[in-house]
Amino acid sequence: MSRRRIRILIAKPGLDGHDRGAKVVARALKEAGMEVIYTGLHQTPEEVVAAAEQEDVDAVGLSVLSGAHTHLFRRVCELLNERSMDDVIVFGGGIIPEEDIPELLRAGVKAIFTPGTSTREVIEFLEEAIGSRSTS
Amino acid sequence: MKKPLAPDRPHSANDLAERVLAGDVRAAARLISLAENEPAQIRSPLQKLFPHTGKAHIIGITGAPGVGKSTLVDQLVERLRSRGQSVGIIAVDPTSPFTGGAILADRLRMQRHGTDSGVFIRSMATRGRLGGLARATSDGVTVMEALGKEVIILETVGVGQDEVEVAKYAQTTVVILAPGLGDEVQAMKAGIMEIGDCFVVNKADREGADRAVSQIQSILALKELGEGDWSPPVLRTVATTGDGLEELVGTIDRHLDHFTATGEMERFRLLKSRADFMSVLEETLSQYVLEEMLSDGALERIVESIASREVDPYTAAEEILARLQA
Repeated sequence: MSRRRIRILIAKPGLDGHDRGAKVVARALKEAGMEVIYTGLHQTPEEVVAAAEQEDVDAVGLSVLSGAHTHLFRRVCELLNERSMDDVIVFGGGIIPEEDIPELLRAGVKAIFTPGTSTREVIEFLEEAIGSRSTS
Repeated sequence: MKKPLAPDRPHSANDLAERVLAGDVRAAARLISLAENEPAQIRSPLQKLFPHTGKAHIIGITGAPGVGKSTLVDQLVERLRSRGQSVGIIAVDPTSPFTGGAILADRLRMQRHGTDSGVFIRSMATRGRLGGLARATSDGVTVMEALGKEVIILETVGVGQDEVEVAKYAQTTVVILAPGLGDEVQAMKAGIMEIGDCFVVNKADREGADRAVSQIQSILALKELGEGDWSPPVLRTVATTGDGLEELVGTIDRHLDHFTATGEMERFRLLKSRADFMSVLEETLSQYVLEEMLSDGALERIVESIASREVDPYTAAEEILARLQA
C-alpha cells in the first residue's frame, strides 16, 4: 500500500526580496495534494541543494526576480549533478526574459514559468514530469 | 511510483541501510521517505539499523502555533554544534485534511544550518496522524541515529492541549509558551502542561512575560514531587536574539544527567519501546485484517450493515476476531 506524496522544494535563491510568487505557487501545490518544503528568501545554491538532498524532494522550484537567474539556475543544476541528484527536476519562475530560456533549459532546467502562468500549468507539468520519470 | 531506488526492489532498500551506516545523507533521506510512503519496505533496512541505535539524546520541542518553536530550535542547534555535537532535526507540520498536501516551513528558520554536514534537517507532514508527530517520526529518529546523529530534536506541530505524543519519544521535553496567553494557560492544566521537563516563556521581551511565568509556576506548584524528583524549571528566552539560550541548554543537560542518574532512562527506554511496538503492532494487525479479510468490498458491506443498524461496531469487530482465531 503506497502512501507516496509528491515532495517539492520551493526556494528563493539570490538577493531579491519578493516572495509573493513563490508563496502563491507553494500554496497551489499544497492544494494539489503535494508536500511543499518552503525555505524562504536569500538562499544560496548550496543551501538549496543541501535542502533538496535532506528532504528527498522530487523537484526543486526556484523563483528569481533579481536578474541573476542564469547564474543561480546553472549553479543549482551543477551542484545537483555533482551529487548525482540529476533525477531531481528543476523548474523555475520569475521575471526571466524569453531569450534567456533556451540557455537555462540547456543547463538542465526542465521548465520556466514566466509571469501570467496559471498555477494549474505548474501542477500539470509537475505531475506529468514526476510521473513519467518514475516509470523510466 | 518512485525514483531509481524503487521500493519494488527490496535489495536496494538494504543497500540504503548500508549506506546510512556509512554516513550517506542521501540514503538516509531516501529511507525516511520509504518509512513515510512504504512502511512495509522499511522492515528489512530498519532491522539492520536498529542495533546501532538507542544512544542519542532525543529532545522534544512542543508548544502552540506561533510561539517560536522553529526559531528556538535554530538557536539550540547553534549551541549544540558549537560544542561539537552532531544534530538531527525532525520538524513536523500539519497535513491538510482536505487535499492531503502540506506546507512544511519550519526549515525556513533553520536554513543557516542547512549546509553544515553535522546537521540533518527533515521536514515531515503529519499525514493524518494525531498527537503532534507523524507516523514515520520514530523511524526517522532511528535512521538519523544510525547516520550518527548524537542529539535529535523533534519539533512537533503547533499543539493545543492534548497532543502529548512527543513525551513518549523524547527523553527531554521542552514546552514553549509565549506571553499573552492569559487564562488559556490555566486551561492547559491537563495535557501539555504535564509533559514538560522544562517550560520556556519565549518572546520574554514582550509585555506579559512575568505573568506567564508566574501562571506556569502556579500550575506546576500543584504537582506533588517526591524527594529527588525532577522539578521542571520555567525559563525565559528571546529566540530571535538568543537571550536565555545558554540557560536552556544548561537545563537540558542537567535534565539528561538527572534522567541517567535516577534510572529514569531505563524507564524511558521501556516506554518508548512499548510505544514503538504498539504502534507497529496495531498497524501490522489492521493492515493484515484489511488486506486478508476485508478486501473485495467486505469492509464496505460491514460499514453498510452498521449504518443500517443490522449490527453494532463491537459485534462486527468481534466477528472478525473470531475469524482470526479460527
